[in-house]
Amino acid sequence: MSDEEHLPISLTVNGERVTRMVPVRQHLVDFLRTDLGLTGSHLGCEHGVCGACSVRVDGAVVRGCLMLAVQADGTEVVTIEGLAESGEIADLQEGFVARNALQCGFCTPGMLMTAAELLAAGAPATREEIRTHLSGNYCRCTGFHAIVDAVETTLAARLKKS
Amino acid sequence: MSNTMSDNVLRPDLDRPNSYVGRSLSRAGATRAVAGRGRYTDDITLPRMLHAAFVRSPHAHARIVSIDTAEARQQPGVALIMTGAELAKRVTGPWVGTLTCFPGMKSAPQYPMAVDRTCWVGEPVLLVVAATRAQAEDAAERIAVEWEELPAVADKKRALDPGTPAIHAELGDNLAYRKTIDNGDAEAAFASADRVVEDTFEFGRHTAVSLEPRGVLAAFDKGTGKLTVYTSSQCPHMIQYLYARTLGVPDHMVQIVAPDVGGSFGLKIHSYGDEIAAVAASIQLGRPVKFIADRIESFVSDIHARETSAKARMAISKSGEILAFDIDVLSGAGAYSQYPRTSVLEGTQILNVTGGPYRHKHHRARATVVFQNKPPSSQYRAVGHPIGNTIGEHLVDLAARALGLDAIEIRRRNVFPDDAYPATTASGITIKDMSHQRCIDVLVERMGYAELRREQAALREKGIHRGIGIACFIKSCAPGPHGYYGMGGAPIALQDACTIKLEPNGGIICAVGVTEQGQGTETVMGQIAATALGVPMSSIRVISGDTDAVPYGGGTYGSRAVAIGGEAVYQAARDLKGEILSIAGTLLQAEPGVLDIVDGAVVDRAGGARRITLAEIGRIGHFQLAELPRGSQPTLSHTRRFHLADDLYIFTNGIHGAYVEIDVDTGFVRLLKHWVVEDCGRIINPQLADEQVRGGCVQGLGGALYEHCLYDEAGQLTNGTMADYLVPMAAEMPDIEVAHVLTLSSVSELGAKGVGESGTGAAPAAVMNAVNDALSSFGARVTTQPMTPEVILTALGKV
Repeated sequence: MSDEEHLPISLTVNGERVTRMVPVRQHLVDFLRTDLGLTGSHLGCEHGVCGACSVRVDGAVVRGCLMLAVQADGTEVVTIEGLAESGEIADLQEGFVARNALQCGFCTPGMLMTAAELLAAGAPATREEIRTHLSGNYCRCTGFHAIVDAVETTLAARLKKS
Repeated sequence: MSNTMSDNVLRPDLDRPNSYVGRSLSRAGATRAVAGRGRYTDDITLPRMLHAAFVRSPHAHARIVSIDTAEARQQPGVALIMTGAELAKRVTGPWVGTLTCFPGMKSAPQYPMAVDRTCWVGEPVLLVVAATRAQAEDAAERIAVEWEELPAVADKKRALDPGTPAIHAELGDNLAYRKTIDNGDAEAAFASADRVVEDTFEFGRHTAVSLEPRGVLAAFDKGTGKLTVYTSSQCPHMIQYLYARTLGVPDHMVQIVAPDVGGSFGLKIHSYGDEIAAVAASIQLGRPVKFIADRIESFVSDIHARETSAKARMAISKSGEILAFDIDVLSGAGAYSQYPRTSVLEGTQILNVTGGPYRHKHHRARATVVFQNKPPSSQYRAVGHPIGNTIGEHLVDLAARALGLDAIEIRRRNVFPDDAYPATTASGITIKDMSHQRCIDVLVERMGYAELRREQAALREKGIHRGIGIACFIKSCAPGPHGYYGMGGAPIALQDACTIKLEPNGGIICAVGVTEQGQGTETVMGQIAATALGVPMSSIRVISGDTDAVPYGGGTYGSRAVAIGGEAVYQAARDLKGEILSIAGTLLQAEPGVLDIVDGAVVDRAGGARRITLAEIGRIGHFQLAELPRGSQPTLSHTRRFHLADDLYIFTNGIHGAYVEIDVDTGFVRLLKHWVVEDCGRIINPQLADEQVRGGCVQGLGGALYEHCLYDEAGQLTNGTMADYLVPMAAEMPDIEVAHVLTLSSVSELGAKGVGESGTGAAPAAVMNAVNDALSSFGARVTTQPMTPEVILTALGKV
């Protein structure tokens, strides 16, 4: 540990100011999981394909395994824990539970993060467009049908409300 | 939407308030997962925890000449480096992955890590334990291993050639097992048949690709001698037995905890050498050691499955009656037969289930399973069924085409009639309580089959090539003790158990041996218990996945949780209800028979007046025992176990329909829609049952279209990343319509069969038949899975 190069970073995570020394090679998702105990972001492939580590950095959804912790210096990071606390996706979470749009739940935080982006855009989307939007998030359990249902229902409810 | 047919009638004692059977309740665990509060093995941190990484074999077959760990030992954070030879001395002996139910089967002794020779790329060779995973990997990179490469056997078709060296010299050759079934007189049937259809098939090697990789966190307490292991497993008691036996810790001193499990699909019912090594390190160091496989490690060390070649033919009469099957399959086991479930079940199940829906009398089938320098293959969702169903259903379609019969019609003429049970298939399987005819009827209606055929024909005129594929299937569920694992000698429980308890405040604890991987086991067990007992769901907590907390059971595999574990819950809950009513009878001076339990209170059976709450019974039963007659010793805790009495399995049945469109210029297959009608017996939670079918379907579709562990001649995996090994993603998958025909199983009171694998088992057959239906106007057909664009363009003669 002593031989590893470390750098200080300061960022906002789920609205809280955080300052830490981190190994320069540490990925953002490892930092979130191991240093901050935010274990809701998951490691599925560690090469940017599966989407399980998706987090929001300065408003954009990124792969937490393709970004170094030092690159997050000065940014605002939101993880699934923050998204859940804020109530921003309470309707989507309810929709996922009601429709059983998750089984093992390992992909779910990343899937919600990605779906939240679509919902936030506020535009109508067909099932096919929803499928395309979610196509960077791998789910081995559900076969996706229920996920598309849940996103579709939540989106329709939001559009109706607005 | 689900179609729960009206004959989902409840037993009279279930048709009452608190009857949760047949209701789509949400899962409690889902609420945690959507908030990011899941707790998977890698989420658990223990004080002074260390991390393991492995040096793995870069060669498919090589002798270890020397190992130099001197530099690695000097690296920061390193706590332990252990070679395979050192680990071999710390375990009680090697595993041999054979079972006595497979006579003549061979496999070589296997240690958790390679001792002096490696037999596949990815086999663990050395363990490094350090303060962080990164440090463990840094040190592993500084270990120098000198290798002497040996000839590798990658191609299963050459494994038995006279010139091919035996991977394990002591076995003499590379034959793991051969099984033959020869029932009836296939030879005569083929000789006298009006028509014979035949084909050859290739099925690629797949792996499970659970999103959460395998992992263990082992914590050995040197003070008490107790070993606690958190592990992403479907079968905690099996793992307890294996760790105890292999590592020399008594089994009552081993606690296995399966926290949230991030996908399993059969991958996590096995034992893995790297996990044993990490646990051994914890025992040696007296500190917690965590090992989480990364993705490339998963690709090269998780069990693989499916790799099979086949040649098959079917005899038919001119009226379309199926007379006989004759199939010959060659299956690649990898370097060792996987302990303890073996690597031969895929091959043997193909023999059992091919043509399983049909009444033919003559069945000849041969499976040959061979060793290769690849990772061991073994049980993965719907073992053998995707292959057996693809072979059988393809031949049925060939016959239909040869005779000018419709795909539905030929199946109607040949399936076992719904009133024919119990019956025995030509392969020798006993089948009961099935509904092929009704399933076909429902599918035809749900698909709008006739209209779909018209649409297909109209579009073909316009140069749009669509195909409709049909596949009937049978599926083995809930294995019994007379089958492979029980009589075969594997240390795997075929029974499952429930302990149900009344707490002092009226709460119910329901501890079950079957396990949860997100399919909803805990919710379903709770629904059964609440229904049988007469209490609200909110009064029940189900506990699973902890050997310290649940009665001994087999866990979850082979679509057994509801059929076996659910029946145990049902029986145990009724026992507890009986005791509660007996205590209530004493207190109320009433015959227990005139009382009942509704909404957590004892009531008069006639009239429904509330007499005493379960909280009151709990309080008296635990604290105020003086209020009960002298000598009464209430337990308020009941355990029941259940296993199949006679049957090898509970077989279920169903039918798939697939609708696809082929781009004949690019070879791409677009999945337009998929339908499944299946008969899993009693449905406890319709939504969860549907989602098992949908998820399973997509797993089957992935294998049929995309997934393939590609090995070169030297035995190197050439696509070990998720960018290269293609899995189904949302954009490629269709909507899947699910319907059920319900025929209760006659072997249990609850009547549940199994549903977890019915999607995977036949989706590949349906989609391949659909592709071939689309290609039929070109006189082309494919029999290779995955059906990549290249395979399809080759069939079309375009590449």
